[in-house]
Amino acid sequence: MAAPRASLHLVAAIWNGSTRSIHGLGGAVAPEGNQKKKTLLQFLAGYFYDVEYLREYLLQNQMLLLHKKNRSLAHISENYGPYITGAFFILHLGGAVRFQNKEWIRLNKRGQFPLEFLKFQKVPIEAVDASGCDINYEGLDNLLPLKELQSLSLQRCPYVDDWCLNRLYPLANSLQELSLAGCPRISERGLASLHHLQNLRRLDISDLPAVSNPGLTQILVEEMLPNCKVVGADWAQDLKLEPEDQPQDRANPVPT
Amino acid sequence: MFRRMLRLGWGRGQDLSVRRLSIRKRGSTLDWNGRVSEFKKKIRSILPGEDRNPLYDTSHLPPERCDVVIVGGGVLGLSVAYWLKKLEKRQGAIRVLVVERDHTYSQASTGLSVGGIRQQFSLPENIQLSLFSASFLRNINEHLAVVDDPPLDLKFNPLGYLLLASEKGAATMENNVKVQRQEGAKVCLMSPEQLRNKFPWINTEGVALASYGMENEGWFDPWCLLQGLRRKVQSMGVFFCQGEVTRFISSSSSMKNTSGEEVNLKRIYEVHVKMDHSLEYQPVECALVINAAGAWSGQIAELAGIGKGPLGTLQGTKLPVEPRKRYVYLWHCPQGPGLEAPLVSDSSGAYFRREGLGNNYIGGRSPTEEEEPDPKNLEVDHGFFQDKVWPPLAQRVPAFETLKVRSAWAGYYDYNTFDQNGVVGPHPLVMNMYFATGFSGHGLQQAPGVGRAVAEMVLEGHFQTIDLSSFFFSRFYLGEKIQEHIII
Repeated sequence: MAAPRASLHLVAAIWNGSTRSIHGLGGAVAPEGNQKKKTLLQFLAGYFYDVEYLREYLLQNQMLLLHKKNRSLAHISENYGPYITGAFFILHLGGAVRFQNKEWIRLNKRGQFPLEFLKFQKVPIEAVDASGCDINYEGLDNLLPLKELQSLSLQRCPYVDDWCLNRLYPLANSLQELSLAGCPRISERGLASLHHLQNLRRLDISDLPAVSNPGLTQILVEEMLPNCKVVGADWAQDLKLEPEDQPQDRANPVPT
Repeated sequence: MFRRMLRLGWGRGQDLSVRRLSIRKRGSTLDWNGRVSEFKKKIRSILPGEDRNPLYDTSHLPPERCDVVIVGGGVLGLSVAYWLKKLEKRQGAIRVLVVERDHTYSQASTGLSVGGIRQQFSLPENIQLSLFSASFLRNINEHLAVVDDPPLDLKFNPLGYLLLASEKGAATMENNVKVQRQEGAKVCLMSPEQLRNKFPWINTEGVALASYGMENEGWFDPWCLLQGLRRKVQSMGVFFCQGEVTRFISSSSSMKNTSGEEVNLKRIYEVHVKMDHSLEYQPVECALVINAAGAWSGQIAELAGIGKGPLGTLQGTKLPVEPRKRYVYLWHCPQGPGLEAPLVSDSSGAYFRREGLGNNYIGGRSPTEEEEPDPKNLEVDHGFFQDKVWPPLAQRVPAFETLKVRSAWAGYYDYNTFDQNGVVGPHPLVMNMYFATGFSGHGLQQAPGVGRAVAEMVLEGHFQTIDLSSFFFSRFYLGEKIQEHIII
């Protein structure tokens, strides 16, 4: 016999596919007053146990699908080698791959990709564009054997977080360009673990909602990676947040 | 004759009425309470259902019977509760009660912890526990997901631990790293020159070898983990009670062992939980008791009668877990190590890590046996920083010669004086008390793994995933130490 279940908070669900930032959610504090938009299932779950279980089941299902997409493709890797495996994995998730001296291979409008890359067993992959793909920590298993990878783009990936960045160090010898713009789960702590990537020449850290102090983080990352051009947050960005000073300055410039 | 009969009848009637009158007049407490409890039992037998006392409010009291009582609501106790509910065969099969003395967790080791997680241990079981805990923390929003609640942000810094060894310890460090790599931890060894290239702010004088954890190591916010576990465990239907365990009532039976000696086996069947600031207590009938009381586990074990016997026998072996006070200092150093600084642990035992983005650092040092502070309270000794912590740190990181201490706090280690490793599993004589304590400073990082191991022990009878049979209580009696060498 269980204790009566704790009452559900009627908060707009973060799990309903929309990616929200985890900014400012240290601890388990439920944000108040976000009760305007509730889906029908959410509303009913407050009244019926069956709907509550259904929502939990749907949540579990969503996580299972993500795991299935990111499973390790060891069987392909045995037969075709690491480059084909990586290419297949990325194309399967909806990204694009570029082999050395070849063109970009992407999905066409119907969501199919050409299988010509199956001939390129020995050709290393130079660039991977995984923008917007559902890649996560386990999926990176398939990307890490790509020892000649020079450019990696993880823009707007909803499941790439600090743990994933911690895993990128095997690519340190070849990686020159990395883009993390718009990833909702990356914070300054994950950026700190990029110090292994000493060959990096261009790093894009713009529009990271979970980074608490973008200007200061930019300065610290620039100090950490001296040979790299860090693009993204402007160090003067936080200084512009003074609405009282600015209009005055423009209207009445103080004569010195 | 009639009159005689009448008198007799009257007499008897009178006697009865006199007796009835006297009963009503006496109204002695003994009789009344006995009657009330009989009345309650009758009502309960007619109306089965939730514990509810119709006469007065008992919402602050724990339920009257529970299957498992977990003494201690810190991260280890909550982890055991979580895994018990997760691994039970049928939903709602097990009734779990968590008894925590202080709901503000003001002295609990969990909240005061520095929050590090590392795989750099010398014992394979410790490495496996840490690896599992790292994967638990990585997927924490799948494990501890509660529908409609915001996801947990553990604030994990994946920066790794950097352990420095002098000439003396270099060989042991190499052996340890070999064991760690075998178990699957990603650790790399660095020479002093590589160390200087990577971290130019380190003074490598006296350092022969360094081991650096590349993945799954770092530090996180333990309070967030605690709250997340609490929230999830409450949603799974675990009872919470704020109270103190004051007594165990046990029944004992004596049996003869193979060599013909008489052994007294005890079973705890009732736990008395006393409420705060009152004499009110609730006897909770239970099947199992799990001792996860951290620094106070020794006291709880004594209540159960563990250690009451002649020295050198199994009855006389106490639980060697006692509270040890450790200081943590927070300082500001404007020219200190940058964003990439790992948690550096010097060969002298002093350690530090970065805290936040504002050039603040947290650190401390474990005192030697002679310098152990008195664990009676949590007062901080600032002289300890000046004399014992600052000199080795300033020698290792020259930038720390100019620093300013901002604040400090103290917390307890549930220190296992025998071999500084945890105690897990049932007691050989008190058959239904299970231990999950004694982790001497690395309890937080092993809590998910230990919780699962204890839940497996309770539900299946043996360990299924990680084999912690070397952590049993019996090693204290048999004298088999499983020493953990890398203690920070």
